[in-house]
Amino acid sequence: MNPFLHSLFPNIDWVEIAQACLDTLVMLGGSLLFTVATGLPLGVSLFLTARGQLHAKPRLYGVMSLLVNVLRSVPFIILMILLIPLTKALTGVSIGIRGAIVPLVIGAAPFFARLVETALREVDRGVIEASQAMGATTWQIVRRVLLPEARAGLIASATVTAVALVGYTAMGGIVGAGGLGALAYQYGYNGYKPDYMLVTVTLLIVLVQILQMLGDHLVQRYSRR
Amino acid sequence: MIRFAAVTKSYRVNGADVSALHPVDLEIAPGEVFGIIGHSGAGKSTLLRLINLLERPSSGQVFVSGKDVTHAEGAELRGLRRRIGMIFQHFNLLSSRTVAQNVAFPLELHGHADTAGRVRELLALVGLSEHADKYPAQLSGGQKQRVGIARALASKPEILLCDEATSALDPQTTASVLELLADINEKLGLTIVLITHEMDVIRRVCDRVAVLDAGRVVESGSVADVFLHPQHPTTRRFVAEAEHEEGRGPDYSGVTGRLFRLSFRGDTTYAPLLSQVVRDTGVEYNLLAGRIERIKSMPYGQLTLAMRGDNLEAALEQLRSAGVDIEDIAR
Repeated sequence: MNPFLHSLFPNIDWVEIAQACLDTLVMLGGSLLFTVATGLPLGVSLFLTARGQLHAKPRLYGVMSLLVNVLRSVPFIILMILLIPLTKALTGVSIGIRGAIVPLVIGAAPFFARLVETALREVDRGVIEASQAMGATTWQIVRRVLLPEARAGLIASATVTAVALVGYTAMGGIVGAGGLGALAYQYGYNGYKPDYMLVTVTLLIVLVQILQMLGDHLVQRYSRR
Repeated sequence: MIRFAAVTKSYRVNGADVSALHPVDLEIAPGEVFGIIGHSGAGKSTLLRLINLLERPSSGQVFVSGKDVTHAEGAELRGLRRRIGMIFQHFNLLSSRTVAQNVAFPLELHGHADTAGRVRELLALVGLSEHADKYPAQLSGGQKQRVGIARALASKPEILLCDEATSALDPQTTASVLELLADINEKLGLTIVLITHEMDVIRRVCDRVAVLDAGRVVESGSVADVFLHPQHPTTRRFVAEAEHEEGRGPDYSGVTGRLFRLSFRGDTTYAPLLSQVVRDTGVEYNLLAGRIERIKSMPYGQLTLAMRGDNLEAALEQLRSAGVDIEDIAR
């Protein structure tokens, strides 16, 4: 070990830090993937069934909207504990990297779905009307008009969701999910090792920065207005 | 081609029914350019959207090509819409697609695999070949509307609906877009229905016109008839706007003789009629106002004259028999 680094951070096991980084990235990647995969269709459904939209179904919209609001109101830490039985049924483990993904997705998907709904509402109504006038089916409008036209907004929504997920994974660390958050809590907070706290939090900041920069870059690239 | 039979439309606003269209009966012939003029809120946009069923009538029937389409759904509705192109005031292009991709869009919707040739042909028709790979945000308003026209024509429609297509354009661009529409009507023989609040648009391209006021057709007929002899106050206002005669009109109280407005149409516009009549009857005249313009391709002239002389009635008769329309203007 580099003696200078060792004198600066006397308590730190860098192999453990590297492993925690990897764990955080796996949790983030896995949960983001499933969040988008479930949140996007949910967001599209919310958009389509809202009053005055293509497939206005106020009742269905009301039910979905309520579900989304309920899931968004439960504090994530409570949600994680409440979901343990479901997690166990789905993944075979109650906690850990794989186990954390279930509550992460259930916590973040409704949030992402709302952002998707909002992004789709930004699509010019006239463009939707023009597509209808050309004889497009609803599915064609979703795939070929709504999603491409809202692409920049959807990427921005995914970015915000990814950053929120970084925060959630860190919280997951408290109840044993592993990752950088777990290190910060166990060694930095409970073990009172300020160098651990400093390194893990710095790494989380760097991660969030990278995500935001990447997201902004993609939004920029896909903006055609 | 298109027929409205006692069509009405009402909306529910705060629990009360608000009528947008009172029973409307209208027939639009194949191959003509039909204009619907009205102020905003007159119901013209609703009437236009009844043709491709973006709006459903509350009662009555809509016929397209002799077929009652009022209740068309699903594949039948999409088939109908494919035969009806539409362009819009705000163009409504897909911002995420290039010009060529926008024009190809309706073709993709209907499962055409090879669109490149057709897209090239359409872009050449509207004069945008060199802008094929640009995005709509990089185009001017007139160019955007040309893309809209090319897109609307892609699936070879029989009918083209124009929703205030020139209202967002400057006068020069408006003229060139209207020229393009007239050209398309002539070349492709498709029926055009356009709505506007500008009589000038009607005068330049339409064959027939209906004037819509508060959800009712208050006047309809050939553009020349409606333009030269407007009956309803709303029509008169539109015509006055087109002639930039806003307000009360000139004051002729100091002029001696009787006042007449003479309307010439077609070939009589260019004939030396007036001088001939003056020579034959010896009446005197004083020219107060006049102009010569065109309704679509037909020239017309309107002169306001003060006339006096012993043979006045004979002079008027001679003008009438030559096909001049005479209005006695009371002061």
